[in-house]
Amino acid sequence: MGELNTAMIERYRNSFLKEVEANVEEGEWVKMCMQCGVCSGSCPLGKFWEHPPQEIFMMIRAGKREAVLQSESVWMCTSCYNCIVRCPRELPITHIMHGLAHYAKRLGLVPKTNPTAKFAQMFWDNLMVKGRVNELKLGLALYFMNGFGDGIKVALKNQKLGMAMMKTGRMNPKEAFGGHAVKDLAGFHKVLKKAQELEDARIAQNGPSAGA
Amino acid sequence: MTAVVATNETILVVGGGISGMTAALEAAETGKRVVLVEKRPYLGGRVSQLYKYFPKLCFPTCGLEINQRRAKQNPNLTILTMAEVTGLTGDKGNYRATVKLSPRYVNANCTACGDCAKAVTAEFDDEHNYGLGKRKGAYLPYRMAHPARYVLDPAIIGTPDAERAKAACRYDAIDLDMQEETIDFPCGAVIWATGWKPYDAAKIQPYGYDRFPNVITSVEFERMADPTGPTGGKLVRPSDGKEAKKVAFIQCAGSRDRNHLLHCSRICCMASFKQCTYVIDAFGTDARINVYYIDLRAIDRFEDFYQKVRANQNITFIKSKPASITQDKDGSPVVHGVDTEGYQRFAEPHDLVVLAIGMEPSVDPASFPVPIVLNREGFIETDSANGGVFAAGGAADALDVNRAVQHATGAALRAIQVVNSVARAEV
Ligand SMILES: Cc1cc2nc3c(=O)[nH]c(=O)nc-3n(C[C@H](O)[C@H](O)[C@H](O)COP(=O)(O)OP(=O)(O)OC[C@H]3O[C@@H](n4cnc5c(N)ncnc54)[C@H](O)[C@@H]3O)c2cc1C
Ligand code: SF4
Ligand code: SF4
Repeated sequence: MGELNTAMIERYRNSFLKEVEANVEEGEWVKMCMQCGVCSGSCPLGKFWEHPPQEIFMMIRAGKREAVLQSESVWMCTSCYNCIVRCPRELPITHIMHGLAHYAKRLGLVPKTNPTAKFAQMFWDNLMVKGRVNELKLGLALYFMNGFGDGIKVALKNQKLGMAMMKTGRMNPKEAFGGHAVKDLAGFHKVLKKAQELEDARIAQNGPSAGA
Repeated sequence: MTAVVATNETILVVGGGISGMTAALEAAETGKRVVLVEKRPYLGGRVSQLYKYFPKLCFPTCGLEINQRRAKQNPNLTILTMAEVTGLTGDKGNYRATVKLSPRYVNANCTACGDCAKAVTAEFDDEHNYGLGKRKGAYLPYRMAHPARYVLDPAIIGTPDAERAKAACRYDAIDLDMQEETIDFPCGAVIWATGWKPYDAAKIQPYGYDRFPNVITSVEFERMADPTGPTGGKLVRPSDGKEAKKVAFIQCAGSRDRNHLLHCSRICCMASFKQCTYVIDAFGTDARINVYYIDLRAIDRFEDFYQKVRANQNITFIKSKPASITQDKDGSPVVHGVDTEGYQRFAEPHDLVVLAIGMEPSVDPASFPVPIVLNREGFIETDSANGGVFAAGGAADALDVNRAVQHATGAALRAIQVVNSVARAEV
C-alpha cells in the first residue's frame, strides 16, 4: 500500500483536488462547495470532528493531502444525511466522506487506532463468510476489539441488550457454531468478485500506471 | 358596467407596481393609449410596503407620490384596480384581452373620509402588513393608496357590517350590489409587470419560521420599521412585544440554494444593510446585530453603503450560512452554525431573527394566459417567441427599484415600437 501512496503522490504532485476527483467516489463534486458551512453546522457529531466537512473540502483544494487522508474526521460520518439534504449545492457529502475514507484505506493511510475503520473491517470480514452479518460473532468481536479485559467489561454492560436481541430472534446463540448463510453463497461471492474486478479496473484507469 | 376605450394601438400593462406604473406612464406620456390592470385595490406594488429605500434611505412614498400625480394628470391612461387578465388571444399588434374585475363595493363618490371603517366591527389580517396586523372589513389599504378609495372586504357582504358601512357613508359611495364583471378589449402590445413575491419562508424547515414567533422575514421587518406600520415603527419581538435590540440577519434565505430558489435574489444583501440602519437608528449603541452570510453582494455604487454599514462597531459580519435555528426557554431564537473563518461552532441567541428572504416571480408559470418563454427560475425571458408581450421589472428578474424602472422604460419603448408599426400599417 505504501507503494501505491508514493505512486499517487508522484502522479498528482500538483493537485490533490485532481487526485480526489479521479479516485474518490463522488470526488468530482468537491469543487462545487461554496464554503457556506451548512453541512458542518448540521452534523450531529459536528463538535467531535477535528475538521468538519466544509473544512475538509477546503483542505482538499488547498492541497493538504496528508492532513486529509490521515485525518480521523473522514471516519466520523455516521451517514445521517443531514448535510446532504441541506447543502445548497447538493453535494453528496456523506458519500464523499465515505469515498475519502475508502481511498485512505486503499493507500494505507488510515490512523492505526481509528475505531470506525477497525469496526468497518470487522463488519466486512464477518459479512464475507456467509453473506449475512453474524450478529453474535460481530458483537463479540466488537467487545474484544480493545483487548480481553475491556471486552468482558463491555459485554457485561450490554448483557441486557444481548438478552433482548436473543428473545426477539435478532441474535441466536447457535450462530456461534458456523451460522447460517445466504441461499446462494457461491453466487454472492461471484457478485463481489465481479464488483472487485470493476473497481480494480476503475482504479487502474486513474491509478499510478495509467496514461496521464 | 366598466367601459374601456381601446384599439389595437393600445398598450396593455399588467401589474401596477413601480415597474408597471413606470412603463404605463412613459408610454402614455408619449401619447399612446394605455390600460393598466392591477390585481390589488391600489397601485404601487411591493414598493408601497417598504419603509425606506437603499442606498439613499429616502422614503418610497416620495417616488410613488410623483408617479401617482403623473397618473392622475394623464388622459391617455386608464387604470383598472382589483382587476386580473384572465385571457389573451391573438398575436403581436392584434391581441384581445379579457379582464376580470372584482367588486370593490365602493364607487367614485368616496372621499376617503373613513366613516365606513369606523362603523364596521369585523377585522381581518392586513395584507399590506403581511398579516402582522389587522384591518377592518371596510378599509383604505394604506395611507397613500391610489385610487384613494375605500374597499369592502367581500367577507362582510351579506353581514350586518355591510349595512352599517352603507348607513355610515354620507356620500352614497357604498354600492352593495356591485358584481364581478368580465370585460374584453383589443390591444397591440402587452407589458407584463407582475413583479415578485417573497419565497415561502416556512419551506426552509431548519429555520423554523412557522414554529418560532421571533423568526420573521425581511418584508415583515420593513413593515415593523414603518411608523405607519403594525407596531408604529417599534422594533419588537412578536412573541412578547419586548424591544428587539439583538437582531440576526440571515442572508440567502431561500436564494442560491438548489433546495429552494436557484438564483441570487440580488437585493437582499443591500436590504439587510439598510435594515441594520433601522436597528441602529432605534437603539443606538445598545443595538447588537449579527449578519450571517455566504458572501456579500453590493454591486457598483452600493459598495459605499456597504462599507459604511460595515464600519459600525455594533454590526458583526459572520461568514456562515447558519445550519439551523432553535428556540430557548425565553423564546429567543438561537442561531446555530459553523463560522467559515476559523471553523468555530456557534450557538447564538438573539431577540429577533430576520430572514433575508429570496424573491421569486409572482406569477406561477402555469397560469400565464398566453404561451410565454420563462427561464428556469420562472422569470420572463426576452425572446422573439413572446411576440408583442414584454416583461418589465421584477417579472423579468430579481431587481432593485432603480434597475426595475430602467427595465420598465425599455419595455415601454418596445411596446411603443409595436403599436407604431400597427399605426403605420393602418395608414
Ligand atoms: C426586503 C426587501 C427590501 C427591499 N428594499 C429595497 C430598497 O430599499 N430599494 C430598492 O431599490 N429595492 C428594494 N427592494 C426591491 C423592490 O421591492 C423591487 O425592486 C420592486 O418591488 C420591483 O417592483 P415591480 O413593480 O417590478 O414588482 P412589484 O412591486 O411586485 O409589483 C407588481 C405588481 O403587479 C401586481 N400583480 C401581480 N400579479 C398580477 C396579475 N396577475 N394581474 C394584475 N396585477 C398583478 C401586484 O399586485 C403588484 O402591484 C426590496 C425588496 C425586498 C424583498
Ligand atoms: S453545505 Fe455544501 S456548499 Fe455548504 S460548505 Fe457544506 S458542502 Fe460546501
Ligand atoms: S443578494 Fe445577498 S442575500 Fe440575496 S441571494 Fe444574493 S448573496 Fe444571498
